[in-house]
Amino acid sequence: MQPLIRVRGLSKRFGAGCTLCLSSTGPDRESNVCPHCGSVVACNDVSFDLYRNEALGIVGESGSGKSTLVRLLHFEWDASDGSVELHRSAAVPALEDLFADDADYSHNLPGLSPFRKRQVRNSLMGIVYQNPFLGLRMQVSAGGNIAERLLGAGWRNIRGMRKRSAELLERTEIPVERMDEPPKNFSGGMQQRVQIAKALSNKPLILFLDEVTTGLDLSVQARVLDLIRSIRSEFSLSLLVVSHDLGVINLLCQRTMVMKYGRVVEAGLTDQILQDPQHRYTQLLVASQL
Amino acid sequence: MISVENLSKSFILHILGEKRIEACRDVSFSVPRGGFLGLSGPSGAGKSTVLKCIYRTYLPGGGEVWYDSATRGRVNLAALPDREVIDIRTREMGYVSQFLKVIPRVSALDVVMEPILARNRVTRDEARRRAGGLLERLRIPSHLFDAYPATFSGGEQQRINIAHAVSWKPRLLLLDEPTASLDRDSVGIVLDILKELRNEGTTMIGIFHDAELMETVTDSIFRIR
Amino acid sequence: MRMRDWLDADDERQARGESRLVGYPFGFMDEGAKREVRRSILKAIAIPGYQVPYGSREMPISRGWGTGGIQVTLALILPEDVLKVIDQGCDGSVNAVNIKKFVQAVADVQITTDTTSATVIQTRHRIPEEPMTAGQILVLQVPYPEALREVEPSEAETRRMHAEADYGRMWLFLYEDIVKYGEISISYRYPVTVNGRYIMDPSPVPRWDVPKLHMAETLFLFGAGREKRIYAIPPHTRVEPLEFEDHLFRVENFSGKACSRCGASDTFMDEIIDDETGERLYCCSDSGYCDKRHGKCSL
Repeated sequence: MQPLIRVRGLSKRFGAGCTLCLSSTGPDRESNVCPHCGSVVACNDVSFDLYRNEALGIVGESGSGKSTLVRLLHFEWDASDGSVELHRSAAVPALEDLFADDADYSHNLPGLSPFRKRQVRNSLMGIVYQNPFLGLRMQVSAGGNIAERLLGAGWRNIRGMRKRSAELLERTEIPVERMDEPPKNFSGGMQQRVQIAKALSNKPLILFLDEVTTGLDLSVQARVLDLIRSIRSEFSLSLLVVSHDLGVINLLCQRTMVMKYGRVVEAGLTDQILQDPQHRYTQLLVASQL
Repeated sequence: MISVENLSKSFILHILGEKRIEACRDVSFSVPRGGFLGLSGPSGAGKSTVLKCIYRTYLPGGGEVWYDSATRGRVNLAALPDREVIDIRTREMGYVSQFLKVIPRVSALDVVMEPILARNRVTRDEARRRAGGLLERLRIPSHLFDAYPATFSGGEQQRINIAHAVSWKPRLLLLDEPTASLDRDSVGIVLDILKELRNEGTTMIGIFHDAELMETVTDSIFRIR
Repeated sequence: MRMRDWLDADDERQARGESRLVGYPFGFMDEGAKREVRRSILKAIAIPGYQVPYGSREMPISRGWGTGGIQVTLALILPEDVLKVIDQGCDGSVNAVNIKKFVQAVADVQITTDTTSATVIQTRHRIPEEPMTAGQILVLQVPYPEALREVEPSEAETRRMHAEADYGRMWLFLYEDIVKYGEISISYRYPVTVNGRYIMDPSPVPRWDVPKLHMAETLFLFGAGREKRIYAIPPHTRVEPLEFEDHLFRVENFSGKACSRCGASDTFMDEIIDDETGERLYCCSDSGYCDKRHGKCSL
């Protein structure tokens, strides 16, 4: 089976950059900031495959570049270098022309126009942020937040959209009577679940989860994680789970990448990473776990 | 069926100043299909290490682990890419640890049902029936089926753990001290279940703290020095 | 009268000291200004519904009083044209009259209140009831050209949204209206999709007038002087109000009501309270049309 998404050499640098940027930053240098030109190498040379129906974890501390990676893959930021290619099986009719005739993989996605990138994003991706204010419009009703993705995809039937919103709210254990309330009145856990409902509305293939349970109460965290587990198997989603919490990664992901100062220092099976860490930084991380 | 050749494993602890700990050295043995091999040796000899190297929780330092996969032919587990290992773990190879990995908000019944649903193509009802039957056999009363195992006793948790590992009938089963926390009656039930699995063709490699027990249950024993 | 003939005749008037064009050219705007406005108009016609930025000139009227419409009219007007100017449907309102007089003075055109005999009609906030023909042009005065301003305050962002056809937020706004009020609450400046591509603000015309834009015979030009934008709907262009399959676009409902002047029950009407009797009356907003039906009115 071929991977759904192929990422090769993905990099992001803020600032003009110089010839010494890469050699002066990274885990060996304990910094993201180039001492010569001041540019920030947020992530460099990240390569991996993401398959259908699997959860890949990305673990690291602040400055590791894990959130940057999600921003790049979700087309929020432009990559400085590298490629992201989509497998043909993921193509919906609107995206057919992203593929050369016999190619298994698409053209390089970061090189597309903003309009096409948004099309790809709307058809294939969903995202849940740590801060619900990033992922939701707080002044718009919960149902409206979910409907926004449908509207962007061309749905024009109110009853149909409300029905789908209600289904998703039910699935994420949010009382349907609160569909027309703005999420700013909801609890933190409920806001996260609205984000999940919104992310699922367009039947994405890939779900990005960026520290989604950080800051939540434990019981709430358990509920959200349980929901994520069940929707993953139900909808055969591919998950990219970013967290600094090894427990969350262990629960959700079979494979994990460890990042530090913008580089991937180790990648492998989750249980191997946790029980037989090879890299110095991974060993430190595992030893520091509560 | 499975053949371990010159397996070695060391840990290099970078954070302790590159301290090197040798876990096992030059281990070789093989198990025929349907066989049950016991691993014995003093504490720290590397019994668990060997099992974990086979399951690929540990990255072997040297040597090979040849396995006759139903889906891939003869492969060296030590050198397989991650995805393939996941596939083999999903479809063929199971592991019973000493302790249950508790997943929040998943009931005892669900813990046992999930692998059946994921791996065997049966209906939800059939999966529930099988899971329920297995738990009952292991003397987990039905009123606990919907409860969360986090609050169960060690023995109960371990029985659920075992049910979880055997419910989907793997081809190869690795057992790391599975009966350590069980009382004598439970041990007997577990051994019966294992025997039935063997009759259906499962190959097993196990570590048992009780040497006598190991003698009666296994076909042969490999001693690690 | 042809432009050439008029200019020749004016040269003679200049020689005799009788020309009214003292200090400014025909049509008040200099040729360079007119050329820029015309180029902008052509671009707007080529991209229906797209707001073309242009260098909006100083007019002898303040911003906010129709300078955009005036610049479009002046760039196009010829001595042979017949001009009608209305404000909220009425030929007699102060601003309409002033604009009419101004254009008449600087372009020597005939003026009229009859929609069917005008060649150029400049209007604020209404489209005449009588359908216009291929030989006519309607110039609309626009206060706020940006249809998305309601959902996005940033100009840079609305430009990006138009460029990428990223209109989800506008649709979301309508969805929320329906959720809150059971219907779309927008009354004037109802957003429309032009030629299946751009969302456009048809200027503060009532809903009643929006269907007149769709697949029409005439050219519609929109001028926003303060905001410095020109946009256009060429003839035979699809102009579709934003609506949902189960919440369709509706125009205002005047059923059971008739104009107290001319008796029409199929026009857009203003509601008037009679000063003396306190009675609630309805009157055609399009005064020229009402006059035609009724004869001279006495109100």
